[in-house]
Amino acid sequence: MQVEQISVFLENKSGRLSEVTSILSEAKVNIRALALADTSDFGVLRLIVDDTEKARQTLKNNGFTVGKTNVVAVEVADRPGGLHDILTMLHNADLNVEYMYAFVRSSGDNAIMIFRFEKDQEAVQLLQSKGVNVIDGERLYQL
Amino acid sequence: MPREALESIQLRRLQTTLQRVYASVPFYRETFKAAGITPADIKTLKDLKYVPFTTKQDLRDNYPFNMFAVPMDNVVRIHASSGTTGQPTVVGYTARDVGTWSTLMARALSAGGAGRGDIIHNAYGYGLFTGGLGVHYGAERLGASVIPVSGGNTKRQVVIMKDFGATVITSTPSYALHLAEIAEDMGVSFASLKFKFGIFGAEPWSEKMREELERKLNLTAVDIYGLSEVMGPGVAIECHEAKKGLHVFEDHFIAEIVDPKTLEPLPYGETGELVFTSLTKEAFPVIRYRTRDITSLNPEPCVCGRTHVRMNRVTGRSDDMLIIRGVNVFPSQIESVLMEIKEVEPHYQLVVDREDNLDVLTVKVEVGERGFSDEVKGLQQLERRITKTIKELLGVSANVKLVEPKAIERSQGKAIRVVDNRQI
Repeated sequence: MQVEQISVFLENKSGRLSEVTSILSEAKVNIRALALADTSDFGVLRLIVDDTEKARQTLKNNGFTVGKTNVVAVEVADRPGGLHDILTMLHNADLNVEYMYAFVRSSGDNAIMIFRFEKDQEAVQLLQSKGVNVIDGERLYQL
Repeated sequence: MPREALESIQLRRLQTTLQRVYASVPFYRETFKAAGITPADIKTLKDLKYVPFTTKQDLRDNYPFNMFAVPMDNVVRIHASSGTTGQPTVVGYTARDVGTWSTLMARALSAGGAGRGDIIHNAYGYGLFTGGLGVHYGAERLGASVIPVSGGNTKRQVVIMKDFGATVITSTPSYALHLAEIAEDMGVSFASLKFKFGIFGAEPWSEKMREELERKLNLTAVDIYGLSEVMGPGVAIECHEAKKGLHVFEDHFIAEIVDPKTLEPLPYGETGELVFTSLTKEAFPVIRYRTRDITSLNPEPCVCGRTHVRMNRVTGRSDDMLIIRGVNVFPSQIESVLMEIKEVEPHYQLVVDREDNLDVLTVKVEVGERGFSDEVKGLQQLERRITKTIKELLGVSANVKLVEPKAIERSQGKAIRVVDNRQI
């Protein structure tokens, strides 16, 4: 139940982000979700795309430092407390969330959140045992 | 050659050179007179210490041709430094000088592992810079095949390396690493190429850089040294047998180490500024030329059998040396630190600013895939670790700034390692 995410190292210079989007657009890669974490000097752009390998290779060829990590896509009930319930489950099981961000699309009535866990196998098992829907990469890229 | 025989050749050639420059170069006649000496006063090699130094500024003051010791009719070649730090210095060669240079360069290539039958991929720049043509003529004199590929157009170079089956590469160490990166991007592995030796020079590099070059390029890397003011490449080279210090071709150049502050000669083994006197050059002899390069000389016998004294790696330049809040810092020291940290690429630049009367050193380091984390905290930890290591080893605090791959210019010639923005 893994989702592949690529991460790109960006210096904090104007135009760098649009360079990434332009390269991906030319390669006809669709961005499904994105989050940017930054400091005063640099940022790390995290992306979920419909063709991870193509995106990675194209960005690499254009001189970017690109990494690949596995993240987990979780369906979250679209109501007050939906996210809180899931975070409580994780907290009770002592499973740490490294970072999280929202997926652009929803699945039915539910929102989708992307989680990066320290122990992702255990987190997936826990969520599934509690009846939370974890979305597989192949389905997510095409959603 | 036994040292005694060598020294007797050196003395005879020195005396001839001094007489020639005194007679034909007004600059030398004036400085000798100001120092109260004539060439006849130099009776032993030890007397050389009474002869005044020549500096880069002296060469600039005599721009372009006033340091030449022969009429222009006899000058067949002119080279010049890049002039990045001011007015370029211009040097000339007679036909005999070009011949001597070729012979010394052939000798250097041979010590570095090349021979007849080798194909030399010469990626030093051709033109006013002495690197390209210096290696070129030496390779031809040696009887090797030389590919005059020069610098730049890197993707095409990778194709040529592959198709022509070159066995020896000559370039600056930073350009060699750039070639390795581009080759990797193109899916060409150096392990599949035929290179046996790499002869790298024109900028100082460290032992760690050697390991990196040997690993990435799958060859034996040796250090070559030269400068246009003294001749060009081929003043000194490491033998591939020992790879421990560069043999100075002492039958053509006298090397001295002096204290860069007091200018007093220092004994073998002590570190200071390298000074050269040319012994056989006709068009552009230099007398006690201050190279600004910081190194030491080692007279120990070498496993290769050569008796010429060895100069150790150039660790920096007396004018490139940064004094950061009173601490002497050479770029090579920072390079050694970075080479220990496997997550970063060996490409760096030191930027010094002065903020509120305090020196601030920024070390820009490129982030490679090995060190990359999708988490900001991982990258910040890496920055902190580099900062801590620099502080521990050099005693200076540096701001470490991670930059994107290839953000530090290096594709042509010499990488710019130091940017000093201090207005002092």
